[in-house]
Amino acid sequence: MEITLWHLLDSLLAILLLGLAWSALSGTDLKRGVVLFMAFGLLLSLIWARLRAPDLALAEAAIGAGLSGALLLLALRDREKSENKAGQPMSLLRLATVLLMLLLAASFALAYVTAVTSNTGGRLAGLAFGNLEQSGVSNPVTAVLLNFRAYDTLLELAVLLAATLGILALGSERRPFRRPGVLLGALVTWISPLLVIVAGYLLWTGAHAPGGAFQAGALLAAAIVMLRLGGMTSEQLPHQLLQGWLLAGGIAAFMLAGYLATFHDLAFLQYPAGWAGLLILLIESAAMLSIALSLGLAYLGGSPSGWDERSSRGKRS
Amino acid sequence: MMLTQLIFGIAGGLLFAMGLRSALIRESLLARILAVNVSGAGIFLAFVAIAYRGLEETPDPVPHALVLTGIVVAVSATALALALRRRLEEADDE
Repeated sequence: MEITLWHLLDSLLAILLLGLAWSALSGTDLKRGVVLFMAFGLLLSLIWARLRAPDLALAEAAIGAGLSGALLLLALRDREKSENKAGQPMSLLRLATVLLMLLLAASFALAYVTAVTSNTGGRLAGLAFGNLEQSGVSNPVTAVLLNFRAYDTLLELAVLLAATLGILALGSERRPFRRPGVLLGALVTWISPLLVIVAGYLLWTGAHAPGGAFQAGALLAAAIVMLRLGGMTSEQLPHQLLQGWLLAGGIAAFMLAGYLATFHDLAFLQYPAGWAGLLILLIESAAMLSIALSLGLAYLGGSPSGWDERSSRGKRS
Repeated sequence: MMLTQLIFGIAGGLLFAMGLRSALIRESLLARILAVNVSGAGIFLAFVAIAYRGLEETPDPVPHALVLTGIVVAVSATALALALRRRLEEADDE
């Protein structure tokens, strides 16, 4: 193994990442921990770029550093019995956990080295690249997500929907923020439309370059977060019925495209030849809206305040 | 095996262990949720490091796609956990 400048950079990035994680986890001040965690997400997105995973870098910058941080910061406002202090670890458990974790890290390292060095026969990468031309898109990550391993993505959207339903069932939304000052208000007015345009661009470009439904959905969700910070109330969201359709739309489009194939004597989710590109774009558009609304509602923190009244009114009439 | 893979793989393992340890011994629920996120990031890091093939070659897209779905699942699980935590505290007040 030849040691080059790149390896120096790699070590630096890895040490910085570990240091950030350590200080995010070990302090007693939770607010500090959350902010450090956001910095951790940003550094991680830099590492994805270094490891030649630009799709992940985009998603991590929007989700890991942005949305997760926004959700955690918002949660800091909730009172906790330990008064938002991280609390001292229980001393009895301490030694046992440290030993257990050292053991875990060692077995993890062993498994990792085995996985990288052992000859596992054919790797999936070859298959993916070999069939890229038939996938309808030229970005290999999008091809894997929406075509070769479409089942995974379909079920992932189901997980997202289940989590959102859980959040909606757990209670009503948080109080909206008060009207912002002039500066923040102007910033929101400028940035939210820009986010929508960039999301559209990422969705379209995902077919042949880094981008796609996940990154675009995360950016749209970020637009919802910005509007919320600018004093948006849930009445300004689309009608409840439309929101329901949008939430389920990602899975619905996926399932429809999947069943469409079965009418042509193909397997479920096996796109007809020549139609793959169009179908993928349609599925991705619906998935983007589902992801954006799911994450946006998660930031609201529960079912929008107008929902219960509207549905009970519907029952009466 | 490349040195880069080794460096980030080990870092991923350490992150995983650090996060899990924190998630087990902390008392604050928010600190635990944060710790689980760090732990998950460690797994992602190891996974992407496996996919890395060097500066000139295109990396394996399959782990990338899996990690991409993983990131979105992680944030939705975090949101659900935070909503549960909020509900728990409301229930304590009642």
